[in-house]
Amino acid sequence: MTPDDIRKAFLEELVSIAPDIDPDTLEGDEHLQDDLELDSMDILNLVTALHKRLGVSIAEEDYPRIETPDKAVAYLAQRLGG
Amino acid sequence: MTWATIRKDAATRARAVLPDPDATRAGFDWDEARAMLDGMPDGALNIAHEAVDRHVAAGHGGQVAMRWMGKSGERRDFSYADLAEATARFANVLKAQGLERGDRVYGLMGREPELYIAALGTLKAGMTFSPLFSAFGPEPIRTRMEIAEANVLVTTAGLYRRKIADWAAEIPSLKCVLVVGDEAPEGCVALGPAMAAADPRFDVVHTAPEETALIHFTSGTTGRPKGAVHVHGAVVNHAMTGRYALELVPGTKFWCTADPGWVTGTSYGIIAPLVHRCTMIVDEAEFDLDRWYTILQDEKVEVWYTAPTAIRMMMRAGKAAAEPYDFGNLRFMASVGEPLNPEAVVWGNEVFGQPFHDNWWQTETGGIMIANTLAMDIKPGSMGKPLPGISAGIVEREDGTLRELKPGEIGELALRPGWPSMMRAYLHEEARYQKAFVDGWYLSGDLAMCDEDGYFWFVGRADDLIKTSGHLIGPFEVESALIEHEAVAEAAVIGIPDETAGEVVKAYVALNPGFEPSEELEKSIRGHARKKLGPAVAPREVVFRQTLPKTRSGKIMRRLLKARELGLPEGDISTLETDEK
Repeated sequence: MTPDDIRKAFLEELVSIAPDIDPDTLEGDEHLQDDLELDSMDILNLVTALHKRLGVSIAEEDYPRIETPDKAVAYLAQRLGG
Repeated sequence: MTWATIRKDAATRARAVLPDPDATRAGFDWDEARAMLDGMPDGALNIAHEAVDRHVAAGHGGQVAMRWMGKSGERRDFSYADLAEATARFANVLKAQGLERGDRVYGLMGREPELYIAALGTLKAGMTFSPLFSAFGPEPIRTRMEIAEANVLVTTAGLYRRKIADWAAEIPSLKCVLVVGDEAPEGCVALGPAMAAADPRFDVVHTAPEETALIHFTSGTTGRPKGAVHVHGAVVNHAMTGRYALELVPGTKFWCTADPGWVTGTSYGIIAPLVHRCTMIVDEAEFDLDRWYTILQDEKVEVWYTAPTAIRMMMRAGKAAAEPYDFGNLRFMASVGEPLNPEAVVWGNEVFGQPFHDNWWQTETGGIMIANTLAMDIKPGSMGKPLPGISAGIVEREDGTLRELKPGEIGELALRPGWPSMMRAYLHEEARYQKAFVDGWYLSGDLAMCDEDGYFWFVGRADDLIKTSGHLIGPFEVESALIEHEAVAEAAVIGIPDETAGEVVKAYVALNPGFEPSEELEKSIRGHARKKLGPAVAPREVVFRQTLPKTRSGKIMRRLLKARELGLPEGDISTLETDEK
């Protein structure tokens, strides 16, 4: 997967969990919890959805590494060996 | 499966504040708790005086009252003297804005130092503080500000712009919005310069014990949220429970992880620890596994009061994640918000070398009522026994009176009224308040049973309220927001079991003509609800139905939807007029 594919997949899952987010105005450095107002249940659901979609299981201690879209894409790319 | 009782050894019992809880309970008088406080001349009692100023007067001004840990790693210590000064300045800011004793000050922000200063400063000034959860969407905020006629809102510029600015002018009672920082949006007052200009001295208002101190909102099954009114005299219970149920003594390093937007975060995240001259840890950030373990270790936390959802998140990460850390300073761990499952109690025992001590109380009770205290053997899954001064029973309604049930029988958990932190009213809702008291009992709305040994066990809610991540959510408030979506004709909201959150909110909706179910529409409805209500309250799942099950009088039968969802017997459906399709 290219980073663009990963970003697309991440954003789709993010917006599916939090449909109040407008992907067109979303900035890559926005913090999922502080700026986009996801709560901890949303994060758990996002992690589950990403696992299902990309086959990457994200351990609790790695949650800070997906705290913004940019960080998440970099992290997922690394995990996918891309 | 039944879980083995966790026995306490003699050494543990000996170091407990209450080595023999049953004996203390038998001989208890509330004067014992009053003796933990100073009071003020002429019988006055003020929570802020008990929590802050009296310690400074007694020579403890240099002790750290609050260690605040910011999201990005900042750390700020506030001594008791610092808190006394900052809260005095805040009280003077309120006065300078023309506010008077009895006015209502709302707090809406994350766990920033100013929230704690605002809460205590408001109480100092003899005004009423009402905390709001900062993750609420605009609608729950507005409703709550309208119900108790907010006079002041203390918030941040970001929250104000996103959630308040559009409608602030439509709240006629609102006189002033104080915004944290040095600059404020138009029409608001910047708190930074106002505090700096204010006098650092303030004579604490001599409030009467029965004077209103706090309003905490709680959800109802029908109608609007209820504002539970609590008085300064509640501090007698905060003192008793802080000492007996949480083992707080002067100097204790205490971490209550609850947000002051909810009652636990005020009663035990501000008042009780300060009353006992503890050092309280405040973490601004949300749950984060390594961060939490690091705080427990590095801050040498001694007493930790947390919630089942967080404990279950730790369990998901496994025991290995906790292994690198040293929790040697922890001497007591407690949990509240929803029943703590036995697995979590036992897990705590394995990972921390001691069990979590579950306890039970509600917004209406103002403080802990039933608890597993340190010296008690723990039956995993039980909420424990009534604390000294608290009289609890399991009752059943019978022709307008109540009958007390025998051990092992399931009924409604009830308390004998009269404890100091009992709510004094649901604001402007006398009828709803009276409904909570029947035949000399306060009815909690929780179903429970008491076993032969006097331990209480939670069974479920007697009504349709939803308990998610420890927060009580009224289905009506969620349904009302859903039907504001153009596609939604009717909505019913229930809680479905979730292994982490206890329950999560699920919505059933019937659509208006011209709309068809689709994944896109589902997202649009959920997105709408999240914008209005915030993520903590909005449904995590929306499903479509052609019709919803209703009674002849048109009331949606949430109970039936829930029974079907869980594969349980449908119970009495004689009043069912229209079934779901």
